[in-house]
Amino acid sequence: MSKCSMGLLALSSLFLSGAAIAQEKIKVGVTATLEGTYTVLGEDGMRGHQTALNVLGKKIGDKELEFIVASTDATPDSAVRAVRKLIEQDKVQILLSPLSGDEGIAVKNFAKTHPELTFINAASGAQETTYVDPAPNFFRYNMDGAQWQVGLGKYAYEDKKYRKIATVGEDYSFIYTQVFGLVLEFCGMGGQVTNRQWVPLGTKDFASVIAALPDDVDAIYLGLGGADAVNFLNQYQQAGGKAHLMGGSIMIDQTILSSKGNAKNALIGTIAASGQADTWEDPGWQKFVKAYQDAFPPNKRFPSPSLLATNYYDSTMALILALRQVNGDLSNNQAKFKEALAKIELDAPNGKIKLDSNRQAIGTNFVTEVVDDGKGALFSKVVKVIPNVNQTLGYDPAVFSKIGLPSRTVPECKKY
Amino acid sequence: MSRFVERHPAWALISIIAIAIMLWLIFATWPPGLEQAVGRKRVFLNAVFNGITLGGLYFLVASGFTLIFGLMRNVNLAHGSLYLFGGYVGYAISASTGSWVLSFIAAFILTALVGVLLQVIVFRRMEGQDLRQTMVTIGLSIVFADLMLWACGGDFYQIQTPNWLIGPVELPLITAIKSSGEPVYLRYPSVRLVIFAASVVIGVAMWLALNRTRIGMIIRAGVDDRDILAATGVRIQLVFVLVFAFGAGLAGIAGVVGGTFQSLSPGEDIRFLLASLVVVIVGGMGSIPGAALGALIIGLAEQLGSVYIPTYAIVVTFLIMVLVLAIRPQGLLAGR
Repeated sequence: MSKCSMGLLALSSLFLSGAAIAQEKIKVGVTATLEGTYTVLGEDGMRGHQTALNVLGKKIGDKELEFIVASTDATPDSAVRAVRKLIEQDKVQILLSPLSGDEGIAVKNFAKTHPELTFINAASGAQETTYVDPAPNFFRYNMDGAQWQVGLGKYAYEDKKYRKIATVGEDYSFIYTQVFGLVLEFCGMGGQVTNRQWVPLGTKDFASVIAALPDDVDAIYLGLGGADAVNFLNQYQQAGGKAHLMGGSIMIDQTILSSKGNAKNALIGTIAASGQADTWEDPGWQKFVKAYQDAFPPNKRFPSPSLLATNYYDSTMALILALRQVNGDLSNNQAKFKEALAKIELDAPNGKIKLDSNRQAIGTNFVTEVVDDGKGALFSKVVKVIPNVNQTLGYDPAVFSKIGLPSRTVPECKKY
Repeated sequence: MSRFVERHPAWALISIIAIAIMLWLIFATWPPGLEQAVGRKRVFLNAVFNGITLGGLYFLVASGFTLIFGLMRNVNLAHGSLYLFGGYVGYAISASTGSWVLSFIAAFILTALVGVLLQVIVFRRMEGQDLRQTMVTIGLSIVFADLMLWACGGDFYQIQTPNWLIGPVELPLITAIKSSGEPVYLRYPSVRLVIFAASVVIGVAMWLALNRTRIGMIIRAGVDDRDILAATGVRIQLVFVLVFAFGAGLAGIAGVVGGTFQSLSPGEDIRFLLASLVVVIVGGMGSIPGAALGALIIGLAEQLGSVYIPTYAIVVTFLIMVLVLAIRPQGLLAGR
């Protein structure tokens, strides 16, 4: 019952930062979804952030980083409120924010009103954030939702021989982007997406949604996260559902795979794609997993870091490394720091990351399959690793711009 | 009932026709044309059943709320917190003992105790001061929410469904006829049926207790005029405490129910407070049958809305509330 790890984490980071008073401080504001449907995601994001601080330290030359955490609930207005509070009340100079898709779009727009500050995206993955009218002071070191689905449509079509699928997703920008990536590739191969259902973020009662799932499809794609995903699986089990499943990046993730109860077992064998895979053998990844596991006692963390922990780790890493490159120089509206951020190439645990001209990550993607480790714990196993995935998903930018922005009905199911 | 037909023949006719259409939709095999127009019957039937079972849950929360309001004129805006508290207690008990039934008992007793404390420490001190009570309960609900966040964290908890309730049952309702002529029956999660049956039993028991027993008589008298009742020598404060405890306990039970077929997390308290407010506004403040009707309407509206007009599903319940407030501001089944 006493899982108050988050409060402790937030507090401890405050205490730690309060320990050394004499030095000059660089104030960084961090937001995470510590309330609402995505609470668990926000908590693990903060664990990833803390892991990065453990590994890299908080010293920038003779200065020291100070982090101030603010909570959001995945809605855009909560994110803007938190960011505004951090800037106006706490006087932070750099922001590590936000976590969720709609928040990202709002914070990006807000970033334009503070061109003197620097915004580093923590984990949000809507396409629009960096693709449409990007803010010059907003940097994103994680891929967007569509990039995270690269490889899934092909694997489903070629290896699993799925021809017709239906999707269920939360009704907001990140999941639109995920479905966008999936549909583009799956329909490009010749597959059909017969039905797209959208449910409001924070839906508790999925029974009618489950009843409305079509029977005549080979698989059902789930673009849900956090409490929504667990509720769905629980009720799916109660309704006796047995379809093949495919998963989005935050559906097949330790936030869900290590949830309590046995409803998650419906996910065994589910194929998915994401910016990481739990069982990847790369030494950099294994080192990160070890650092994450060592940083927290087993009951205060997941068996393996979630996508959110990895994203927060990567963005914190970019922040610290770029600051060190310029030796903490934030003069002249942080010009040097921004330049360093734009140029930096991260040797991140989940593969190499560099930024494009929109300051959007080009990185590595993973197709995975959920396996049982024999002791009841579920992990995502690597099926395929795809390096150098860019935001236009390998399409010619002119063609890509014709597809339109991800929404409930875009893209159409056809070959572009 | 017959008086209603005499006074409003047109409304009675409309409701009879509506009920007849509903029954036909549920029991008849749909002709192909209808299936094409509105979708498969399985989806419709599921939505209706889900609406009714969700209504059962809403009824459990709202009946306690409305009972307390009816007798004491307390608008207890901390009712949602009692729901969430009951849910967390239920989770703790079911996780440590593995017994689902035990978690109901523990949740009922502990939330009832909190209710007693609330009544004795808070409400008794400010009897008859509606605004003050409302303000204090809003404040309390915020304090409770933060205390529970502190104790249980922001994680979501799900109370484990007992093994004998996992999976669906087949109901004798035909959803479709296969090409071979073999009928396909509706499969429905058994846990939801059990929960619905339980809420019907509780509802009927409450109605009987209120209308057929001595304590029920006292409570009804208190609803009508508590000063005169107190003057007749009834220990009205004791009745208040009992009713508050019972209403709070019901919210606790509802928390366990909600934790079983949905999940528990911070924010659920506000959601269920809002749901029970809407339910009692639609049904009529202070009326148990009103709470039942309101819960049914809101549950059905939410579920049918989420299937047939997903984009506007959230608005539907509030539209109903606005309509009721405009046409019959005292609520559909309000006594006075």
